[in-house]
Formats: sequence, structure tokens, C-alpha cells
Amino acid sequence: MEGSQQILNLTVVGLTFALYIGIAIWARTGSTSEFYVAGKGINPVANGMATAADWMSAASFISMAGLIAFLGFTGGAFLMGWTGGYVLMALLLAPYLRKFGKFTVPEFIGDRFYSKTARVIAVICLLAISITYVIGQMRGVGIAFSNILEVDLTVGLISGMFVVFLYAVFGGMKGITYTQIAQYCVMIFAYTVPAVFIAIAITGVPIPQIGLGSTLVGSDTYLLEALDQTLVDLGFTAYSATEGGMNMLNMFLLTASLMIGTAGLPHVIIRFFTVPRIRDARKSAGWSLVFIAILYTTAPAVGAMAMWNLIDTVVTDRHNIGQEESHLAYDEMPAWMERWSETGLLAFEDKNNDGRIQYYNDANEEFAQMAEEEWGWEGSELTTLDRDIIVLANPEIAGLPTWVIALVAAGGIAAALSTAAGLLLAISSAISHDLLKGVFKPDISEKNEMLAARISMAVAIIFAGYLGLNPPGFAAEVVALAFGLAAASLFPVLMMGIFYRKMNREGAIAGMLAGLIVTLGYVFTYKGFLFFPQLALLPDTAEYWLFGINPGSFGVIGACANAIVAFSVAKMTAPPPAEIQKLVESVRVPRAD
Amino acid sequence: MSDSENQVTKDRGEYWRANLRIIGGCLVVWAVVGLGLGVLLADWLNNFSIGGYPLGFWVAQQGSIYTFLVIIFFYAWRMNKLDREYDVYED
Repeated sequence: MEGSQQILNLTVVGLTFALYIGIAIWARTGSTSEFYVAGKGINPVANGMATAADWMSAASFISMAGLIAFLGFTGGAFLMGWTGGYVLMALLLAPYLRKFGKFTVPEFIGDRFYSKTARVIAVICLLAISITYVIGQMRGVGIAFSNILEVDLTVGLISGMFVVFLYAVFGGMKGITYTQIAQYCVMIFAYTVPAVFIAIAITGVPIPQIGLGSTLVGSDTYLLEALDQTLVDLGFTAYSATEGGMNMLNMFLLTASLMIGTAGLPHVIIRFFTVPRIRDARKSAGWSLVFIAILYTTAPAVGAMAMWNLIDTVVTDRHNIGQEESHLAYDEMPAWMERWSETGLLAFEDKNNDGRIQYYNDANEEFAQMAEEEWGWEGSELTTLDRDIIVLANPEIAGLPTWVIALVAAGGIAAALSTAAGLLLAISSAISHDLLKGVFKPDISEKNEMLAARISMAVAIIFAGYLGLNPPGFAAEVVALAFGLAAASLFPVLMMGIFYRKMNREGAIAGMLAGLIVTLGYVFTYKGFLFFPQLALLPDTAEYWLFGINPGSFGVIGACANAIVAFSVAKMTAPPPAEIQKLVESVRVPRAD
Repeated sequence: MSDSENQVTKDRGEYWRANLRIIGGCLVVWAVVGLGLGVLLADWLNNFSIGGYPLGFWVAQQGSIYTFLVIIFFYAWRMNKLDREYDVYED
């Protein structure tokens, strides 16, 4: 990367950091209510925007479009799963939890099920979910820095930790919320600007969501039609066809698991405790989804168009795949390809020594054999193609000005920081409010509780930073598990706590444990106990999976186990005390009386 | 229990049942569009198209998200109306 680009990147990222810290100083907090739930004074639209930034992580910003580009149609599981969960949140949880009026998710579980044991189990689930999640975010901060600013990974990560420390520890939920609003703006601008330019370049339509369904510039062939046909000609499955990627059963279960898991994520749920009224909680979930949908409906266009750009570059004449001249010559490779092959994320190998790149599906035996016999191809020559390139290299592929590249750097960092801050707040409030004040030291003063919250947040930041620098090898797999656990442990119990008046302590505890054990058991059977692969009981391939269910899609089954066990146990044990049943009735009605 | 208290309890019960009916309706649409049209029936829907989008593909990657948005705002609007009807609206 050129020196001037690096200076520009550093300047843009530095300016956004100054903005976040400035907001933190302005929004510093004084009371526990302001620290945990921003004094319940956040406007629903503003809260929606902050929730969107909180929710959309480095993975959404950098990896999702690439994931969809390579999965095609079945990538829709992630799009529907991660947005459909907000419907469950808005209809089944948000208004009632807001009416209940507490600071944390374990606090609701502890009070509703009149049990410190239930509260502690909920804290354990929350910590397992949030910590696995935060590792990936800190890693994202480090990678974004080191790749784009060309500084050392450690330097990048520590400056990121320092910024989060400043605004999260001093500002609490109030500081985090206002910073997240700024981060959302940076993030969405950085995501949509390159997408708009690329949509114009490929289809002539400035709205990516419409461009994806439009015709190619200067032709009456639809983009998706051309993409489908070219992929099929190269031995792949068609992009929009349902048979690529995962099978229907796993797509169904994955979509359902991600939906339920999203609605069970504690750091997202607490966002709805921060709005002034019940009706704001209902609406705020909708506003969150509006701001999320702007990115999530753009991502499929970014993915498909990037795939098209790549294929259109490598295959110079898609109508005559069999001819030698239809494939890109190595010495005509565009500058962005050369630059990215230096990073190792993109790699080529001229297997048949013809000086041209043949990219095709060599795993498709029938096609590969035909290509070898007819055309002399000896294996796909695009040997490495990292998914994360799709978003990061997009501005370069589209030939956009240097400030856009700097903006994408700032956007990726904003996405990682906003999610990390939200998770750290959920972790610190679970420790200071649920464990310390709720269980071990109930007589703690408000001032000391705040101090404990700040100390636990600082410790959590250092811990997460350390894990970001020395990530356990399984970090990527654990994120899928975090959703599975949220779906299997927290969501069913929260929902039954509101909708089933007679759900009792015994049922809730048994349900959470059943959901946890069933899900962990299934995942560990294939991935190994605590993710040590040598401890796996069965190989992690489709033929050994129970009914062919991928461990990553198992959360919904765990959620069903949770509900069934909770319901059966509740039927066999004493109903909850009268005052708890009365509490449930009052949670169901908006007006306080 | 006095008559007025009885009346309040009865109203609260009716309010809750009305809420459950609305939630049920919304969740049916949610499941049919997201999991039904977007996954199970997508292959068949791909026989039709909307612009350059095969319909099943469009539902899975665009349409379902728009539907989810409509459901949430419809629910918020409908519940505000119900809150007023049963006089439990917040001030």
C-alpha cells in the first residue's frame, strides 16, 4: 500500500476515534441507572440505531457478503436468521421485559423464578455467550488495524482497547449508546458507498437492492441470469438455485436457530431496557431492524456483484468457456489482483502452464474430467480465494477514490468496537449487578456497585484483548455455538416466564440445564470436548450427524428440549407463589398500577 | 372482590387474549414467509421471477427482511390501538 493511502487511513480512523472519545466525555454517567440502562431515557429511533451498531459486528461488516457470495441462495439462512430474530424480540420479549423494569437479563430470570440458583445459571449462560462473542470482535479490531493501517497487530489491538476503555468504562450504557449512534453512521456510510458505485458500474442502477435484479450495462441479460449461467458453465451450481451450499433441512434449522438465538442474546435484549415506555420498546425493535436491514439487504447485492466482478475479470469471454483466449492471461492481471495475491488471501498457480487462469469447480469430478480431456485444464488455478476479500477489496475492484478505502477501514473498526462495547457492558453488569449485588454482597452501596462495574469492565477488556491477541483456535466455531446456546438456554425460559404464568423455579432451572446440556453435548460429540478435536466422539461429517443435522444448526433442537423439559417439570412440581403469578399478570399490561 | 375489581380482572384477561391472537397471526406470517417461502418452497418459487430475481431467491435474500419490518411496525401500531381500547395506554 502506498504511503499516502496509509496516512489517509490513519487520519480518517483517528478522526473517528476523536469523535467517539468526545461523545464519551459529554455523556459520562453518575448513577447506576444511567450506567446500566442509560437512565431509561433513550429515544426509540436513537436506540434502534445504537442497537443496530451493537448487533452488527465485524463479522456482519466484513465477512457476511463474502459468505453469501460463496453460498449463493442458501446464504439467505444468515440474512433471514439474523433479521427474523427481531420479530421474536419485538413480539415476545421486549415490551414485557421493559415493563418488568430491571437492569439485566439474569435479574429478570432470578426475580421471575424466585431463585438465586436460576439467576446464577443465567449469568453462566450470559458469560459463555458474551465472552465467546467478544473474542471475535477484539480479533476483528486487531486484523482491521494491522491489514489496513499496516501497524503491528498488538499496537492496533491495544489502541482499540484503549478507546473502548475510555468511552465504555466512563460512559456506561449512556456513553456506549451515543457512541454507537456515531459508529452506526460511519459503518453504514462505509458499507453503502462502495456498494452504490459497484451497482452503477455493473447494472447502471444506483440502488444495490434493485441493481441485483437488473440487467447488465449494455445488454438485456439479467445480472443473476448471467451469473447463474457462467457458474454452471464452470461446473459450479447456479447462484440463485436452491441446491448449492447446505441442504434444505440444515438451511431450515440454521435459519430457525439463528432467529431464536438472536432473540436470546443478552447484550441485544438489554437495549430494550433503555427506552422510556413500553410502546417505545415495541417500536424500538422495529427501528433497530430498519437500520440493520439497510446493511442486510445491501449485503446480498455486494456478495453477488463481487462474485460477478471476479468471474467477469477471470473469464474474459463467458460465451466461449472452452476457448483458450476466453480466460485471463497472467500478464494481464489487474492491479488489485496482484496486490491481494501479495497478502496471501488470493493465490494463483498456472497448473497447465498455458499462461492463462482457468477458474472452475474441480471438485465436480464429471466436469473436471471433461475439462481436462477437451480443454487441457489441470485443476482450478485460483487456488486461494479468501471470503473476506469481497468487502475489503471492493473499493479497489470498483476503482473508487482513496478516501473510500480509508472509510471502509474506519467502518470495519466501528463495527467491531460498537459490538465489543455492548458485549463488555453485558458482561460487567452480570458480574457487578447479578453476582456481586444480587448474590454475594446485597448490601453494597450504589457508589461501590458502580466502582465494581467499572473494574469488572476494565478486567473484561484486558481479558478480551488478551484472547484477541492469542485466540483459541476454535474462535470461529464458538460464535455459532454462542447462538446455539442463546437459543437453547435463555430464550425459551424468558418467553415462558412471560407467557406461561405457572412456569416455576424447578421448570426454569431444569429447562435451562437441559437446553445447555443437549446443545453442548451434540456440538462436543462432533467438535470435541471444549473444542479439542482429539476428544471428538464421532467425525464431523454429514454421514455421522444425527438425522444429518449440522452441529451449527442444532440450537433450535436444544430450544425445543429446553421447553419440553421445563414444561414437564413445572407440571410435576408446585406452582409458583401467588405474588409471582400476580407479577406475571402485571408484566402483561403496559400501564403501571 | 368488588364488582369493579372483577371487571378490571376480566378486562385484563380479554386484553391478554386479544394480544395473543395478534401475536399468533403475526408469527404465522413470520414463519410462512421466512421459513416457508424463503426455505421450503423457495425451489418452486424460483420458477417465477420478479424483475431479474428468481422469486424464491428474492424472498430469501430481500423480501423476507422487508416482511419482518412490516410485521414489527404492524404489531406496534395494532398494540397501541389495543392499549387504548382497553384503557391501559401509558401516559
